[in-house]
Amino acid sequence: MLELYALAVGPLAWLAFGVFVIGSLARLFSMYSLAKKKDAAFLSYMTWRYSLRSIFHWLIPFGSLGWRENPALTVVTYVFHICLFLVPIFLMSHIVMWDTSFGFTYAALPDGLADGLTVAVMVACLFFAWRRLSLPEVRFVTSTHDWLVLVLVFSTFSTGFLAYHQIGDSLTLTTLHILCGEAMLIAIPFTRLSHMLFGFFSRGYIGSEFGGVRRAKDW
Amino acid sequence: MTTTIADRRIEDAGLEAGIARLTPEKIQKTIQAVLAGEGGARLKTYVETCVRCGMCAQACHYYMSHKDPSYAPVAKVRQTMWEILKHKGLVSPEFIHQCAQIAYTECNLCRRCMHYCPLGIDTAYIMSFVRRICHKLGVTPQYIQDTAHSHSATMNQMWVKDDEWIDTLKWQEDEARDEMPSLRIPLEVEGADFMYSVIAPEPKFRTQLIYQAAFIFNQAGVNWTMPATPGWDNSNMAMFTGDMEIMGRIEMAHFATAQRLRVKRIVMGECGHAFRAIYDVANRWLGWGMHPVPVVHSIEFFWELLNSGKIQMAKKYPGPVTIHDPCNVIRGRGLMDKLREVVHAICDGVVEMTPNREHNYCCCAGGGVINCGPPFKNVRIVGNSIKAEQLKATGVKTCIAPCHNCHGGLDDIIHKYGLGMELKFLGDIIYECMEKKGAS
Repeated sequence: MLELYALAVGPLAWLAFGVFVIGSLARLFSMYSLAKKKDAAFLSYMTWRYSLRSIFHWLIPFGSLGWRENPALTVVTYVFHICLFLVPIFLMSHIVMWDTSFGFTYAALPDGLADGLTVAVMVACLFFAWRRLSLPEVRFVTSTHDWLVLVLVFSTFSTGFLAYHQIGDSLTLTTLHILCGEAMLIAIPFTRLSHMLFGFFSRGYIGSEFGGVRRAKDW
Repeated sequence: MTTTIADRRIEDAGLEAGIARLTPEKIQKTIQAVLAGEGGARLKTYVETCVRCGMCAQACHYYMSHKDPSYAPVAKVRQTMWEILKHKGLVSPEFIHQCAQIAYTECNLCRRCMHYCPLGIDTAYIMSFVRRICHKLGVTPQYIQDTAHSHSATMNQMWVKDDEWIDTLKWQEDEARDEMPSLRIPLEVEGADFMYSVIAPEPKFRTQLIYQAAFIFNQAGVNWTMPATPGWDNSNMAMFTGDMEIMGRIEMAHFATAQRLRVKRIVMGECGHAFRAIYDVANRWLGWGMHPVPVVHSIEFFWELLNSGKIQMAKKYPGPVTIHDPCNVIRGRGLMDKLREVVHAICDGVVEMTPNREHNYCCCAGGGVINCGPPFKNVRIVGNSIKAEQLKATGVKTCIAPCHNCHGGLDDIIHKYGLGMELKFLGDIIYECMEKKGAS
């Protein structure tokens, strides 16, 4: 297990971050090239002003009709996404890893708070799972892919939670946690998690259409 | 209750004849050609980033009326485009029938779902893409295909012959001169301030609208003209069948007619989809970023006439009235404020619908759905009970809808759900209540 741990925090970590960064850039670049080649007539309507206007309104909780009409989902989605970034980046144990490996450090979240936010992510995952199982309109369009992505996120946070609380074998759980996190990073450019990359562009495009051509709001 | 498109198959002569000619191999060849030629980053991004959250369900009047998940926007994509891409186009003729039925008759391309999708996925675009595939495969509902044929042969939607068009205008001019002896419907006046364009249903069976418009323009003393040649009709059902080539020809003829007459702009009647064709879709397909000739919808033109004092109201139309926001000029052009200013200027008492403006529910006729004809009529009427509830909740008996398709769709639900409401165009009310100084 120790070897696996060493592998996970060593070469696999490099691989995961490498695939995430290079993969994301490559996907963005290839999509942009495709857009220029096949959708140039539509790309030309994209403007910073209206793209950002639309994104801005959609980043505000309850700022759009869709958010307002799905209040529970809105709250959970915001909490989920905020925690999804806050916890991994500002967790003390993660900062310690940066410090050990590269010798830099920055402000961390208090452990108790980070723990609470981790629980929030897990609860959010359970809420999403409940939606996929119980709401007919979500169940109708849910596929294995959606479950894999959800399980990946849940596993990453739950193994982290267990490892932090020393429940079960600490080394095994820590190793599993790292592997899951790495799998998630690798998955971002190549799965539905890529909405992290492309979502701003699809929203920006429709925002530009509504703002520049249709002169109506799209939120 | 959860069904799928297979549970509600509707027989249609065009669809049946279309799929009878197909094999999976033929289908795959065509689909791959369309994907290679026209499928780009938009389609790829939309299909890939959709997180299947189902938030868009509530946007769609079909879903809200049926509460059946298979009518949700994302479910329509699941039952069409995702399957097509998953199987790389190798799908059965029967599957294409299902795609056509969903894309042509269960989506009005109204874009209300844009207000629900956090990622801004344009379901209307995806449905239009499915229609494009169906068109290329020759699988289109019979009735709407007939209108596309009419466009192709006559440059108008309703087989109006060249001389019938001129006859109809002269007939309406004649009729109107009883009321206003000096009235003219000026044909072929080069250099006029604007060319007035109507859609083919006006000369075909809503001729009073031409009469009313002529009366209003004559009373206002504006410098206008209508063409005496094909190119007068900017309605565009080819846009909705997926026949982009004919769609382009129609609007090319329309813009060319306006340019031949050297008019400063095109003012069009109270039609939504024609506005979409000329303002949003066909002009771009023809390669114009915006428009070679400025395009003004009636709502905006009436607003100008009222604000400049060129027409005055002798009285206000007794209300209360409610306002239906047609998607193609509201979500498509942002005329919601001008529409309200006009209505408040000509009517007494306005009761707003909820939701309204950009968030308004569609009439369920647009996007070519009503043009798919009787086989699909019940689908769109039952599929819009939510609109009937919305109308009923206003408690008023008059609804103003500045769009032909909306009149068709709303008229059907008003009858079906016994709402006892009366539908009006802005032109109906302005003509009825304006000061008629020129009248004899």
